[in-house]
Amino acid sequence: MSKEKGFLNQFYNNKVIVFFIRIFKETGKFLFRIGTFIWKKSKKNLKTYTMIFALLFLWILFGVLSNGTFVSPRNISNLFRQMTIISFLAIGMVLIIVTGNIDLSVGSATGFVATVVAYFQVFTFPKLLIPLISFLFPGIPAGISGIISTVLAIIIALGTGALIGLWNGVIVAYLKVPAFIVTLGGLLIFRGLMIAVTGGKSISPLEKSLDVIYNGYLPNEIGLVIAFLVIVFIVFNILWQRHKRRQYGLDVNPFLSDLGKICFFSGLVVIYIIYINSYHGVQSPVLFMAFVAFLFAYLAKNTRFGRYAYAIGGNSEAARLSGINIKANVLKVFILMGMLVGVAGIMLAARVGTGAPGGGETYELYAIAACVIGGTSLMGGEGTILGALIGSLVMASLDNGMVLLNVPSFAQYVIKGLVLVFAVWVDVATRKTKE
Amino acid sequence: MNNEYILEFDRVTKDFPGIRALSDVSFKVRQGEIHGICGENGAGKSTLMKIITGVYPFHSYQGRVIFNGQELMFTGSSIRKAIEKGIAIVYQELALISRMTAGENIFLGREPNTHGIINWHELYSKTQALLKQYNLFFPFSAPVGKLGVGQQQLVEIAKALSENAQLLILDEPTSALTETEVDTLMNILQKLKQEGVTCIYISHKIEEFFRIADTITVLRDGKTINTKKTGQTSIPEIIQMMVGREMKERFPKHEHNFKQIVLEVKNLTAFHPEYPEKMVIKDISFSLRRGEILGIAGLMGSGRTELVTTLFGEYGINISGKVLLNGKPFIIHSARHSINNGISLVPENRKEQGLILNQSIMENISLPNLIQFSNAFSINKHEEITTCQEAIKQLTIKCGTLNAEVNSLSGGNQQKVVIAKWLVSNPMILIMDEPTRGIDVGAKYEIYKLMIKLASQGVAIIMVSSELPEILALSDTILVMHEGCCKGILSYSEASQERIMTLATGYGECFQNT
Repeated sequence: MSKEKGFLNQFYNNKVIVFFIRIFKETGKFLFRIGTFIWKKSKKNLKTYTMIFALLFLWILFGVLSNGTFVSPRNISNLFRQMTIISFLAIGMVLIIVTGNIDLSVGSATGFVATVVAYFQVFTFPKLLIPLISFLFPGIPAGISGIISTVLAIIIALGTGALIGLWNGVIVAYLKVPAFIVTLGGLLIFRGLMIAVTGGKSISPLEKSLDVIYNGYLPNEIGLVIAFLVIVFIVFNILWQRHKRRQYGLDVNPFLSDLGKICFFSGLVVIYIIYINSYHGVQSPVLFMAFVAFLFAYLAKNTRFGRYAYAIGGNSEAARLSGINIKANVLKVFILMGMLVGVAGIMLAARVGTGAPGGGETYELYAIAACVIGGTSLMGGEGTILGALIGSLVMASLDNGMVLLNVPSFAQYVIKGLVLVFAVWVDVATRKTKE
Repeated sequence: MNNEYILEFDRVTKDFPGIRALSDVSFKVRQGEIHGICGENGAGKSTLMKIITGVYPFHSYQGRVIFNGQELMFTGSSIRKAIEKGIAIVYQELALISRMTAGENIFLGREPNTHGIINWHELYSKTQALLKQYNLFFPFSAPVGKLGVGQQQLVEIAKALSENAQLLILDEPTSALTETEVDTLMNILQKLKQEGVTCIYISHKIEEFFRIADTITVLRDGKTINTKKTGQTSIPEIIQMMVGREMKERFPKHEHNFKQIVLEVKNLTAFHPEYPEKMVIKDISFSLRRGEILGIAGLMGSGRTELVTTLFGEYGINISGKVLLNGKPFIIHSARHSINNGISLVPENRKEQGLILNQSIMENISLPNLIQFSNAFSINKHEEITTCQEAIKQLTIKCGTLNAEVNSLSGGNQQKVVIAKWLVSNPMILIMDEPTRGIDVGAKYEIYKLMIKLASQGVAIIMVSSELPEILALSDTILVMHEGCCKGILSYSEASQERIMTLATGYGECFQNT
């Protein structure tokens, strides 16, 4: 006995070991604090976190069932790429639903924009503009004129999208026809126009430079530079917020929690980029989606326009009496949605490489489902861009995972439908307990 | 069993959080009579009716209600049970489905049927028989939406009678009727009386009681003041009973001093936004000075809210007349335009018009003021937080954090949030529509203090209120409205409850001294 005690005493007296024990203890405390911090936060944003956990659960499930294929860098790379088109639509749809409206036309409109892009690249550009360009700049290489064609196509797509949004928005906001009806009409109208543009056939081939927009990868080095820039931005932003809060005499978050935030988000970015770099590198549409999502999240949260959108959906009467121009704001939301349709249309054209009638079918339903799974309330006034992205990732994961596992297509539809209903039920149920 | 009285109230008391709506209400309704109940807004009439019809179940109040010799004990809050007992109520807002015919409406939910298939012939023959029995006349196979308001009311009454109602309660039946329609209704009520139907008649229009009621009960501040036979009383006595309460220390002291004129309204006339032929404000003129509190008194539906929301730019259409703001012509355009020109409106209904309930206190306060702390690209959150913190401190809003949902606050604190929202906009003219409705006495006192403080700082305040004591205690000038007209403008020294009530009920001189 005494011998053992002596040994223990000796053990504890060893300064190096004591030092390590202290470090161990401190790390434990640190992790515990971060843990409680995350727990407190997650209680606040229960909805978003439930969805993140559901997503992790899905990934683990598919990962195990597919013997790891699902989580391989190649599949993850594809998965994130697959979610982008619906995500662009879902980002806009959040704002539409938040103002208490709905847009059922986005799927058809996306398909329509894709055919317009294809028509431009296959017919209009070679017939009208190539002679003009070669007249002005003789001996121009084909690659460069291809890039010009793509740039013009992008501008045309955005313009067409904005016009579609203007059409829907004016009728909804100023002529006061319910959005459900206006956009249901739009669903048919744009599907018809799509057939008119294509003449019922596929139009191809499209330019190579367009293909890169959806199917391209960034070199690994650029991926790392982007990761670095994002981390610098996160650190700078958090420090700037601390500085400003101090300047205004407001309480500053505990340094530890801000540090935790920095580590968490930087960690996510670094892990994603390193993982994706092990398979060809960052996918160009994903980078673009992240940028657009950030832009719209900022718009929703930090601008007057965003606040007004939430106020209109929350209580339009109170918003009106607060001096908010409801019509103009709803119109703006529809135009933004239209521009995102333009983006989605370009992406769709780039993805399939042709302009085909029938593109974008049911996209509107997936976009709405993504919003709703991500916690957007169809009653208006509630919903986040981040939630919609997570919802869109859930839908894409279901799609991708079930195809990977060879689930029969009837069951894929059934399961996706059930997940949608289940997600909303969880939302309704948690809301009830809150009351 | 006492067959003389069909309904008895025996010391009925009903409490709401912070407010005693009814205290020891006792009176009796005789079998087969028309019993008028009158009282100011908030005197407790609707609460009483909700007890009779079971909206407030048994045990949620003290005291006894005896109907036909039996104590009423409604457990659920279901109006169905009251109907089964033979009590039917026809509300001020008609509850008919306008696309359905009168017959369908009368038998809604009880359609004569075999295995779920409606027997239309039986339905209409029953309707016809019913109308014949009670001498009612209206087309019963046309959609009720096509009938006039008066005839719709008859449909409601027929519906009540078809369910064998022994006691018919009419809540403000004539507020939307024309003169001839009122006459028709009065005749029908007389006939129903001969048929043995007992009727409780609630109205603001005192002269109607003297046309048809046998007995009048006056309620005031949740108490029964008196029950009198119509033959033994007079209009002035009823008015006296309605308002004659003693004033206690419920209001802060306040000095009357005001400066230059800030707003002048001349011959303002406006029409209903949905029924453009209906004039809601008729030729109203008044002026408002800095530091003045202008009280607008009048009964419900007299056009007070319509007047202030029109001024704010969010109600009336085809507006004519002149408005001068600081001596310069002001064109009524929109809420934004008014806000930019220093006019703010605390709306009547805080939950429906004032607040976005699922948003935070901060988001609510800053909503109309975002322009103050934002540029084209972003909102300066830090400035927003500090501004809102200051407003919360100034109004002593009790809340955990700025980010708490307004839904979680009490009524008084919610009202303060609405006021905070408009204080941050630094108004020159603050319009407050029913600023203390439905909040407890303590919060009321704080809001009064705030109003007086604002006035002393030079803000001009227009206050619409249904509570006469509030109007009398706070206002420097009182504008009394009746049916969209200004019936008189009184200064605080010449105003009294009786005088205001006389003007508000449409009696007395019609003078204007601007």
